[in-house]
Amino acid sequence: MNELAAPILEVNNLSKHFGAIRALSDFSMEVRPGEVVALAGDNGAGKSTLIKALSGVYRPTAGEIRLRGEPVVFSTPQEARDKGIETIYQDLALADNLSIGANIFLGREPMRKAFGFLPVLDRRKMAEAARQTMALLDFHVSRMETPVSNFSGGQRQAVAIGRAVYWNAQILIMDEPTAALGVPEQRKVLSLIRQLKEQGRGVIFISHNLQDIFAVSDRIIVLRRGNTAGKRAISETSHDEVVKLMVGG
Amino acid sequence: MQRIADLRAWLFLAALIAAFEAWARLEFGGTFILNPFNLQSIAVFAVAPLLLATGQTFVIISGGIDLSLGFIMGLAAVIAAHVINAATASMGLPMAVLLGFLAAVLVACVPGIINGLLVSRLRVPPFIGTLGMFGVARGVAFLLAGGTTVPVTNSFFAFIGNGRIFSVPYIVIITIIFVLIMHYVLSQTKFGQHNYAIGANVQAARRAGIDIKSHLLRLYILSAACAGLAGVLYSARFNAGAAQAGEPLLLDCVAAVVIGGASLFGGSGTIFGTVAGALVIAVIQYGLVFVNVEPFWQFISVGVVIIISVLIDQAQRRFSGGRQDE
Repeated sequence: MNELAAPILEVNNLSKHFGAIRALSDFSMEVRPGEVVALAGDNGAGKSTLIKALSGVYRPTAGEIRLRGEPVVFSTPQEARDKGIETIYQDLALADNLSIGANIFLGREPMRKAFGFLPVLDRRKMAEAARQTMALLDFHVSRMETPVSNFSGGQRQAVAIGRAVYWNAQILIMDEPTAALGVPEQRKVLSLIRQLKEQGRGVIFISHNLQDIFAVSDRIIVLRRGNTAGKRAISETSHDEVVKLMVGG
Repeated sequence: MQRIADLRAWLFLAALIAAFEAWARLEFGGTFILNPFNLQSIAVFAVAPLLLATGQTFVIISGGIDLSLGFIMGLAAVIAAHVINAATASMGLPMAVLLGFLAAVLVACVPGIINGLLVSRLRVPPFIGTLGMFGVARGVAFLLAGGTTVPVTNSFFAFIGNGRIFSVPYIVIITIIFVLIMHYVLSQTKFGQHNYAIGANVQAARRAGIDIKSHLLRLYILSAACAGLAGVLYSARFNAGAAQAGEPLLLDCVAAVVIGGASLFGGSGTIFGTVAGALVIAVIQYGLVFVNVEPFWQFISVGVVIIISVLIDQAQRRFSGGRQDE
């Protein structure tokens, strides 16, 4: 949104080759605070490769990634996450049998001392943080101890986003967050993305659904066979143009 | 949902006790459960299956299974007997017992380490890996025992195994303390929390930064250590180590966990549920003897109870699966 603000994330001339296959060539983009950048492209266009390079799963063959101006290299997804790039996967990555709080804190659980000496999980802190975080996303649950398996798809998506927000992710990569959801749930997720935008975070939004893309994004980048087919501001393009870019017509 | 599963096992236990009580009164005009001797016997009877089932609870929640626990228990029983016999002359009664206890639990951890490495590093399915270890531990235990039982000559050990305080046997007290500690580990520590997460969704746990390999290694060591303690208490109680000590408990311990409300698919279960499950089995086995039914009915009744528990569990899951919050 804010054209003057310095970008949180800059990607310069990024390439990823698997042997002779150029999965992604010479890709550049930037994401500014409060900006939603959509990535579109057919299967095999290079979207997944790009996400994996950004989230630390793949090492890029060439090019650089800068976070707030600093060049960064991630050797594991954990490193990317520690620096504030969080990927929300299509299959959600929640432990269904645990509460929202336990999912937010999974792997970094807060402890307290019971009776002054016995370390125990600080469930109250987890529930409280969960409540606050979910309220930030305009999502209100009464029963914080309920396992997330009892929630609907959109609510679970919110929990996954809430986890990223709680750990202060500055860039959220969302891979098809509206796929496999009913229409009201899709709307809910889109409104979550708007919330993230208002909070000044950067969102990279991958979707097949052009309506969703046009509903929340500021800019769109279209990939085709590993190359950048076009970059447009959403306000200056149309469905037809994007489709043409995708299929190369 | 977990609470319901727990509660179900305790309700079942209560109903079972009530049934035996009614049976005993009608048939013999005596009481079943108000008889302190019966209570004591059931508690002692439940010690070994409960200890194995405690370890098994952790493994089953993680989505695995440990089939080697029964013979790890036998191995520990034999080791405890040998070490205590060898050490008694030189270091006095209590120290020899302590040494035997430590040696048995440590040796029991060895098959646990191998199970853990097989499952975590070599990606052997737990069913197969621990089935292999079942054979290995069995063979080693019988070899070390020389194919027979190993009598222990240490009066302190016999005192631990058969002594009582306020008519509660020491081995029951030891078991209660240990089970409470394991309840704490499962419900209040990161280890326990990660165990539930791994059982529900390994992928999610890995992405959350949990070290799955090291968790699984520690998990199988923990379950083997539970079996080790069961083996030591067995040889204390019978004053002898026997390789076949845990043989009949192999599947009883899985049954106790399932009756206690855990899912064999992983992700759910509690220690208190397992306690109820182990007591259900002990009450069935002891109760049928008490009311003078042929002992073979024990197998049939425990088998039927397992199947019923799983059916109820599935029905409950189907019922609550459709429910959504707000």
